[in-house]
Amino acid sequence: MKKIEAIIQPFKLEEVKEALKAIGVDGMTITEVRGHGRQKGHKEIYRGQEYTVDLLPKVKVEMVVPAARLDETLKAVSTAARTGKIGDGKIFVYEVAQAIRIRNDDRGESAL
Amino acid sequence: MKTLLKALSTASPLLLAPCVLAQAQTAAPVTPEKIAALEAAVQAAQSAGDNAWMLTSSALVLMMTAPGLALFYGGLVRKKNILGTMMQSFMMMALVTVLWAIFGYSLAFGEGSAFMGDLRYLFLAGVGAAPNSDYAATIPHQTFMVFQLMFAIITPALITGAFAERMKFSAMLAFMTLWLILVYLPMAHMVWGKGGMLNAFLGGSVPCFDFAGGTVVHITSGVSALVCALYMGKRKGYGSEPMKPHSLVLSFIGAALLWVGWFGFNAGSALGASSLATSAFVATHFGAAAAAIGWLVAEWMHNGKPSVLGGISGAVAGLVAITPGSGFVKPMPALLIGLAAGLVCYFMVAILKGKLGYDDSLDAFGVHGAGGTLGAILTGVFATNEVNNALKDSAGNAQALGLVDGNGGQVINQIIGSAIAWGLAIVGTLIILKICDMAFGLRVTSEEEITGLDLSMHGEEAYNLES
Repeated sequence: MKKIEAIIQPFKLEEVKEALKAIGVDGMTITEVRGHGRQKGHKEIYRGQEYTVDLLPKVKVEMVVPAARLDETLKAVSTAARTGKIGDGKIFVYEVAQAIRIRNDDRGESAL
Repeated sequence: MKTLLKALSTASPLLLAPCVLAQAQTAAPVTPEKIAALEAAVQAAQSAGDNAWMLTSSALVLMMTAPGLALFYGGLVRKKNILGTMMQSFMMMALVTVLWAIFGYSLAFGEGSAFMGDLRYLFLAGVGAAPNSDYAATIPHQTFMVFQLMFAIITPALITGAFAERMKFSAMLAFMTLWLILVYLPMAHMVWGKGGMLNAFLGGSVPCFDFAGGTVVHITSGVSALVCALYMGKRKGYGSEPMKPHSLVLSFIGAALLWVGWFGFNAGSALGASSLATSAFVATHFGAAAAAIGWLVAEWMHNGKPSVLGGISGAVAGLVAITPGSGFVKPMPALLIGLAAGLVCYFMVAILKGKLGYDDSLDAFGVHGAGGTLGAILTGVFATNEVNNALKDSAGNAQALGLVDGNGGQVINQIIGSAIAWGLAIVGTLIILKICDMAFGLRVTSEEEITGLDLSMHGEEAYNLES
């Protein structure tokens, strides 16, 4: 099992959700986060006082998929989230040791 | 038709008064009693009209403090301090009202000396339904008293912008009580009180034109704000941590309420529902509009973007600057005064403040001190008896008022009046700050400041959205 953690542009969330639904990946967890990679922030001025805002709003999408489905899931996420401009975000992939469905104690891939 | 005529004749004796007079020679004779009754009815009608406008104006001016100023300032602070900030304005509505009732009104408007009123109206003795003809001959003295109270409420509330986010609530209450006594009441008496040295209409030795409070309200509060900001020092993290306004939406609503309330402030200062009130209403509105444009143009050229905060700040600056001249200047000079205020206050707030490095958190000085001084001086330039002919010479002709009427000396008088307001504000505020500092300590502790005033002073949070 693999965990996919995708940090994307907030306005791309709907497209990513649609793309995942289309390939049958149902479970996900969404968090509103702030951060930056190579993207520079922007400048705000209030009565002459200048502020640089470099932590920009992003959405973090987390999901766990069977190892066999990793590649198609990654492709779906990255295609849907891409605008081609700086600031599109990043995807990280982790190994998952175990998955447990709390309701009935299912284990492993059947818990996904 | 017959019933209509009958209804008219019974409903409105005034309406038929001309017919009564015309028929006088043939019908019932005009007796002195009838004339006296007619005069009394005319007077009562004018009094009713004036009183309606003055009570409306009083309510409008109160609305400027809360919710107007409370929202304007509240939106500009960080979200951990909005309740503390709004509370400072709100408390003026309670505190100043009580002080005003007990002795404040008397010390401002009792005849007294050239500098301070006396105690003739202590506990509002003698302030009732009968008009005070020195101040406003057509409205109850009590209406005049409560209208003036609303000015005494908003003036100290304006100062709170300078020490926002860092002053102890207890020290703020003590400071404001003393400030009202030592700065506001003497200044109000000098400019508006009978016998005050700057009162142009009631025997002042240095006649100074201040229709609605350029010196009394805006210079005193703005300059005192600067003294507070310098004495108390910067907020923790000023210049290194972001201190963005937490809700410009609230500030926008507050500024819009201030604009509307200002019609009561300035047009109400005509003290009646007169054509002078209309003139002041128009000048006020024009001043605000031109200043909003002035500020925005300056900002657009200087920073590349016209901001909402810039637009509303400019409007407030224009309202401040037109205040002293609102009942003396024509519409075109009002546009000019507003435009100048927008440009000058932008420079003060967005450029000079940054260079000098003091933390006047919400720009009480840059807007009210600078705008008030500019407006007071320009009033001396543009005041004209075509707008306000209340001042007569010995022959009964309207006196020349400002430079445009050929009375250049008035500009000097306006500068003297402004300088007195500056001096009183600086000296008075310094003394009061020293006293309060020794008695209470002015600032919250640094932990309390980091926590925010809402929680540390009042035990509440403004936004409990998850609850």
